[in-house]
Amino acid sequence: MAAPMTAHTRNAEALGERGSRSLRRRGGLGERTVEIAIQLVALVSIAAILLILVFVGKEALPLLTSAEVHKEVTPLGMLAPIQRSGESLYMWQPVSDVAKYNVIPLIVGSVKVTLVALVFAVPLSVAAALFVSEYASERVRELAKPAIELLAGVPSVVVGFFALVALASWIQAVFGTEHRLNALVAGLGLGFAICPIVFTVAEDALRAVPRSYREAALAMGSTRAQSVLRVVLPAAAPGIAAAVVLGFGRAIGETMIVVMASGNAALLDASLGRSTRTITATIAQELGEVVVGSPHYDVLFALGAMLFTATFVVNFFGERVVDGMRRRLGAGS
Amino acid sequence: MRAVVAPPATSLTKDAGYKMRARDLTVRYGENTAIKDVTIDVHDKVVLALIGPSGCGKSTFLRSLNRMNDMVPGISVSGHVELDGEAVYGPGVDPVLVRRRVGMVFQRSNPFPKSIFENVAYGLRVAGLSGQSVVAERVERALRHAALWDEVKDRLQESGLGLSGGQQQRLCIARALAVEPEVLLMDEPASALDPIATAKIEDLISELRSELTIVIVTHNMQQAARVSQRTGFFYMGRLVEVGETSTIFTRPKQRETEDYITGRFG
Ligand SMILES: Nc1ncnc2c1ncn2[C@@H]1O[C@H](COP(=O)(O)OP(=O)(O)OP(=O)(O)O)[C@@H](O)[C@H]1O
Ligand SMILES: [Mg+2]
Repeated sequence: MAAPMTAHTRNAEALGERGSRSLRRRGGLGERTVEIAIQLVALVSIAAILLILVFVGKEALPLLTSAEVHKEVTPLGMLAPIQRSGESLYMWQPVSDVAKYNVIPLIVGSVKVTLVALVFAVPLSVAAALFVSEYASERVRELAKPAIELLAGVPSVVVGFFALVALASWIQAVFGTEHRLNALVAGLGLGFAICPIVFTVAEDALRAVPRSYREAALAMGSTRAQSVLRVVLPAAAPGIAAAVVLGFGRAIGETMIVVMASGNAALLDASLGRSTRTITATIAQELGEVVVGSPHYDVLFALGAMLFTATFVVNFFGERVVDGMRRRLGAGS
Repeated sequence: MRAVVAPPATSLTKDAGYKMRARDLTVRYGENTAIKDVTIDVHDKVVLALIGPSGCGKSTFLRSLNRMNDMVPGISVSGHVELDGEAVYGPGVDPVLVRRRVGMVFQRSNPFPKSIFENVAYGLRVAGLSGQSVVAERVERALRHAALWDEVKDRLQESGLGLSGGQQQRLCIARALAVEPEVLLMDEPASALDPIATAKIEDLISELRSELTIVIVTHNMQQAARVSQRTGFFYMGRLVEVGETSTIFTRPKQRETEDYITGRFG
């Protein structure tokens, strides 16, 4: 663009006396300042995230490099089982006489609890969002949406407390679970915690579906339910997927609820009725008492880095999936 | 929606010549009366054009023919509308079934964010038609009908939103035609289109006339004259005059009609 313009620039300057009609940017100082300020803020937040990653990574680095640390734990040892009397054992026992640092039970615990939370929260929240955006009267909607959003402000320690005291007893009474505090209780508690955000984002996505789609669906002789299920819901699918990704991030990173409700025993199994221990709960409970610079300390930081990476990867691919869905719906227009 | 008036004492008998009839149709949005006492007959397999200045109630009237107004909050409809002698607002009438027989095309093309094929198949699917080959055949027929087949036959699986504005509007017409409606309501279907796309839509309307009844709202007087056989003139919520298009445009009976078509107001 710039090259062919230059020939005209001189003419433009010749006409420059007609200042008010000049194409040059005018009085840009205030605007420039605001622009620079916004860019600075954005840069600072990106830098902060990078610095956190660098810091966490640096603390975990001795796991790869230090021979001292390798006497107690190696990266492979964190993943591979110990063989004892013909059995493969995955054990997380960092403070026993012979410390064992197998992280597999913690990863499985985190995944298990997060999946329970999503399986519980996503259908519930999406159904609530559908009701509020498609069926509720204006008055009900005006009450329900802020009310549910307010739930997002409930401190997670309160949710954890509820799960620990009330929910755990109900679950045990109904399902006769082996342990009172278990993956199911923690997952349901987590589900409660992520419902508001999944609901809000999904409801916004549904509400953003143009009225013209609904009108067209009805004019084509759809029933209300058909227009909602066949037109509105698919049109809002990218936004709902984004809501699920957000909910996942929130659930896998949540700490207090799982500390309180999961039982915290690092058992490796698929059972929902037994106690479990997540990555976040492990870091929260152990980092305060660990000797700084010890192998245990390094392993906890490695866990943090793993969590960070996992969240990042899921968000990244989640974003790609959401974009792909948007493109498929809109053909890039 | 508030109460709907009982059928008139002398029931409008089914008459071979009339597809739809409206009697004393009054529609209010809250306190605001949009159309008042509109009485009009829609002849079978005839294109009826509705003209009139902005805000005179053309869209409101059109949308009350297939009960698209039902969802508007605070609306009240009174009077009588008939489709083939059956009361459209009668007790126990399912608006969904009315809309399957009386299709609609909107001012702004509004294809679904689905593939071209699925857009056209939509009405068939919600009506419960299954069987891939039947659906595919009816989709093709509708697209040919809407003069769009040749342009899209190689890209049926692409999104309908990727088409040009004129193609999108023809896609919407194809979508409406796929369920083989008896009446097609068109609310300024070409007002957002360029002259070439408009001409295509007009040709299409002329071709479709042999098969179904069309009611079209337009701001374009030449368009009304080109595509319609009958024309109704609305003014301030009332139907001022309706008759043969040629008569309305050459020898209107009412002063207001004449003023409008000669461009003295509107
Ligand atoms: N959803 C609505 N709620 C309240 N008032 C409405 C609504 N739709 C239309 N009206 C009012 O009803 C009257 C008739 O509107 P309508 O849309 O039927 O006019 P129109 O003839 O189609 O106009 P245009 O040519 O601009 O499309 C107008 O006064 C309008 O403000
Ligand atoms: Mg209108």
